[in-house]
Formats: sequence, C-alpha cells, structure tokens
Amino acid sequence: MNSMARNRLADRIFRVVGLLATLLGLLLLAIFLWGLLRTGLGRLSGQFLSSLPSRFPERAGIYTALLGTVWIMVLTALLAVPLGVAAGVYLEEYGRKRRWAALLEINITNLAGVPSVIYGLLGLEVFVRFLRLGSSVLAAASTLALLILPILIVATREAIRAVPRSLREASLALGATRWQTIWYQVLPASAGGILTGIILALSRAVGETAPLLVIGVLAYVPFAPSQPLDEFSALPVQIFNWISRPQHEFGVNAAAAIIVLLVITFGLNGVAIYLRNRWRQQLP
Amino acid sequence: MSVHTLPARGLPLLLLLALALTGCVDAAPETKIHIDGSSTVFPITEAVVEEYARAHPEARITVGVSGTGGGFRKFCRQEIDVADASRPIKESEQRDCAQRGVRYTDIRVGYDGLAVVVHPANTWVQSLTVQELKRLWEPAAQHRVTRWKHLRPEWPDAEIHLFGAGTASGTYDYFTQAIVGTAHASRGDYTASEDDNVLVQGISTDRLALGFFGYAYYEANRAKLKLVPIDDEKPENGAGPVAPSIETVKNNSYAPLSRPLLVYVSRPAGRRPAVQAFVHFYLEQAPRLAREVGYIPMPAEEYRREQAKFAAFVSQSHP
Repeated sequence: MNSMARNRLADRIFRVVGLLATLLGLLLLAIFLWGLLRTGLGRLSGQFLSSLPSRFPERAGIYTALLGTVWIMVLTALLAVPLGVAAGVYLEEYGRKRRWAALLEINITNLAGVPSVIYGLLGLEVFVRFLRLGSSVLAAASTLALLILPILIVATREAIRAVPRSLREASLALGATRWQTIWYQVLPASAGGILTGIILALSRAVGETAPLLVIGVLAYVPFAPSQPLDEFSALPVQIFNWISRPQHEFGVNAAAAIIVLLVITFGLNGVAIYLRNRWRQQLP
Repeated sequence: MSVHTLPARGLPLLLLLALALTGCVDAAPETKIHIDGSSTVFPITEAVVEEYARAHPEARITVGVSGTGGGFRKFCRQEIDVADASRPIKESEQRDCAQRGVRYTDIRVGYDGLAVVVHPANTWVQSLTVQELKRLWEPAAQHRVTRWKHLRPEWPDAEIHLFGAGTASGTYDYFTQAIVGTAHASRGDYTASEDDNVLVQGISTDRLALGFFGYAYYEANRAKLKLVPIDDEKPENGAGPVAPSIETVKNNSYAPLSRPLLVYVSRPAGRRPAVQAFVHFYLEQAPRLAREVGYIPMPAEEYRREQAKFAAFVSQSHP
C-alpha cells in the first residue's frame, strides 16, 4: 500500500469515527427525549398547565411555577441586558487600549465559568439578606442576571467585533461622534449577534436550579407572583420538588414539567438560530 | 435600513418597563404567611395550606423546607412567621430567639414514627433492640461493626450496608438522640441522604441493607421493604419488640422512635388575624390530614388543648 492509499484509508476511518461521535450524542438525546415523552406526554393538558400545586399528583399543576419562570425570565432580561450590552460596548469600543481592560477581560471570561451555585450564595447574602429582598422574584432575577452577565458581555463583544471597520470609518468620516456611530451604526449592525447572545443567555437562566435553591425558592407556593417582591416557585424547582417525592405519580408530573421546560428552552434556542440567520443575510 | 431603529427605540422602552415594574412594590403583608422548616412536617403543613387556600383564595401562604434547624434560624431572624419542627426547639436556638427578642409558642399537631427497615429478602432479622441499634449506629461503631454477625453471632457473616437520614435533617437529630443518646452523634460510614426517596431506593435494591426514615415513607413503599420491630427493653412501654403502627405510636409503646410534629408561631405573627385563622384551621384539619399524609393524629381532646393554648397565647400577645 503506498502512502496515498494509506492516507485515503485514514481519511475514511476518521470520517466514520466522526460520524459515530455525532450519532452517539444524537442517540443519547433521542433516548432521553423518548423516555421523557413516553412518561410525561400523557400528563400534559390544559389542566396541568393551569392548576395550582397540590399534594395530590393528579390534581397538581405547574401554573405558579410556569408564571414564576416567565417572571424570572422577563426581570432577568430587564436587569441583565442593559448592563451586559453597555459593558460589552464599553470594553469593545472605548476601553480596549487600556491595560486594565485586559485584566477585566480575563476576569469576565473566568466569571462565565464560575459554578452557578456560587452565584446562588452571592445572591443569598447580597440580595436576600443584605438588601432584604427575601426569596422574591426580584432577588432570584438579580442573582440570575449576575449569572448571565458574563455570557452577555462576551456575546456583545463578539457581535460588535464582527461589524466591519469600514462602517465605523464611514460614519466617523461623515462627522458623526463616537456615540452616534455606536448607536446608529454599530449596534444596529450587530443587533442580530447581540440578540442571539441575549436569548441563549436567557435560555440558560431559565433552566438554572442550583442558585434558586440556594436563595431559598420555596417548595410550595399556591399563588402566582403579582409583583417583583412576591415569593414564587419556578419550573426547575418544581421539577426538583416533585422528583424528590416518593410517590411514582409525582415522577410523571416531573416528566411533564420537564417537557414544558424543554419546549421553552428549545423555543428560545430556535428563535436565536432564526435571528442569527436572518441578520447574517442582511449584512453586506 | 429597517434595523436602525430597533435599539434606539427598544432600550429606553425596556428601562421604562423596568422602572414601572419595580415601582409598584405594593405588598399586602396582612394576608401573607411565611412558613419554613422541617421536611417531616412539610407534608402535613402543605396539605393544610392547600385546603386553606382553597377555602380562602385571598390567602398568600408559602411553605419552604429548610429543615428544622434551618427553619428555627429563619424564625429567630423573623424572616418567617411559622416554623415547622419535628423536635422541640433546642436551648441554643432558644437563646438565639431570645437575643433577638422573638417570643413564640409551640403547638403540637400530630406524631411521626421512625421506621427501621431492611430488604424484604432479609430472612434473619426479626427484631432489634435499642441497645443493638445503638451498638450499630454510635460513633465507635465506625469500621468495627461492619458485618451482620457483629450484631448477633448467629446472623450471616456478610457486610451490613447502612442507610440513614442526612445530618441536616430533623430525622437524623431525632434518631441519634433517641438511639445513641446524643443528638448528632453517629457513625459516618453510611449512605446519608436528606431525601427519603433515595433511602427507599437504596434499601429496596440491596439485600444487606438496613436503614431508618419516617414511617410515612415506609407506608408509601410498604411492598419494597421489611419493617423491623424494635424492643426498648422497658416492659412498661409494652413488652418485647414493637412494630410502629398508628396504635403503638399513639399509646407510646413504640418508644423511643416516635416523635411529635410541632409548629412554632412567633408573637408578632400571633397578633395577626390571618395567622390566627390559619392556626385554628390547622388544628381543626390536622386529625384528618395527618392520617391522609401518613402521620399519626393525636386524640381529639389534645387538639382542643392545643387550641386553648394558642388562644391564650394570642390574648397575651395583645398589650
């Protein structure tokens, strides 16, 4: 066998290995989804979505947990998006030549890797105890906002970096100030990337359980929050609570609630992919 | 370019919305009741709250499960109004509350029994004495009492696999106090979990297992487990080994592994009509709901006594 044939063979082997690696991931996901759908799909109904939690598994629903999750999502976005985008813009457009900007950059990247339970402890001390917010929607949203802030900053920076230099230079040449250039040219041009980052960060926040448990999100809340200082439950906490009960029927409820949570995160990811593709086509 | 206007209009709008949302901080503290504490008392409190919320839709009652100790910590910090407890308040916790000027009363709402269980295929264990349990679970037993024959010579020469409540739970406090004699003293080489379901899973799949947890969990998993009758070797408490049941817990013959279920109400909370109504409802419904969730209700006259005690506490609370 000459070297060319050997190389071809190696190429073919690598292709098969790569294919198997891809299929393994897909297979595991398929097994997981199949088990989940088989257990939980029959339990999903309008009644399940609109019922209060209950000690009777057949009467219990996810109404309060679902609304809690929606509240957290909205509040987290309101808190984290302006901060994260502003920080990203600053680091990319204004602060990039400073030496401490490099230090900041390393720290932000590191923060993105801190385990979420640590953010929970921070939230417990700062928001729940020190600021006396209690185990409220606002405290949870603030904690999750901190958690996704590094992701948002990194996403914003990368989106801004992708904006062609010529666009900025043209704007500046026409007499626009730096701020006008950012507001009217850079941000609109990078909106697709930033929105994608925001949505991916939010879909992560929605699925987080550990920080919520640490700040003391409660096991049983039979009402939906009506303002930011109300106590609440959230889907991941409700799922955790149901799974830790001995009765098998609560396991079925948990599977159904996981399906709802997956629909939310898959939906968010789908919107992110759609936005990314749309904006990519529009850019020159 | 249509994308121009999106952030320009979007951002101020978002900020406005944020202000509007945080601006309407308008709590109705009168109807709010915060309950936290023991995971053992949680099922009955949850049942009571569910029934209460159905009858009083305006009520805003939340229940947490921080464990008895965690509940008392929050209780003394006045973060909650009612503490669920599966043991009486400790002296250190009493001091903590006293330092912060929090007065309270305890109300008994029922009983719980701890079950000692083995795998159903375990043919050798018919009963255990409290002494044997102590030899098995005391701190000195670690690495020494590791095989079944160490407990009784006629039992098999096979490893013994221990399962028990995690050290943060009231169940663990209670078991160690009742069996070893000192709260929080036990061997460390056992499978510990705060989640009784994990223990049920572990014991029901391991032929050499022995474990303990709440009687309610045994009831819910009867088919998968074998109950071990306990002999406290005190004839006045019923002679010979006694298995837990509604009767033996109520008449105190299943000693020392049955315990009270308590709720603590702070004085500031006791002044509020919403809390008063809730506690009355709790004691009214406890006999039915305790049985429903697998606990053991008290005789009716004891509930009347607790009602009277709480009424006296309320009338003292008003200056």
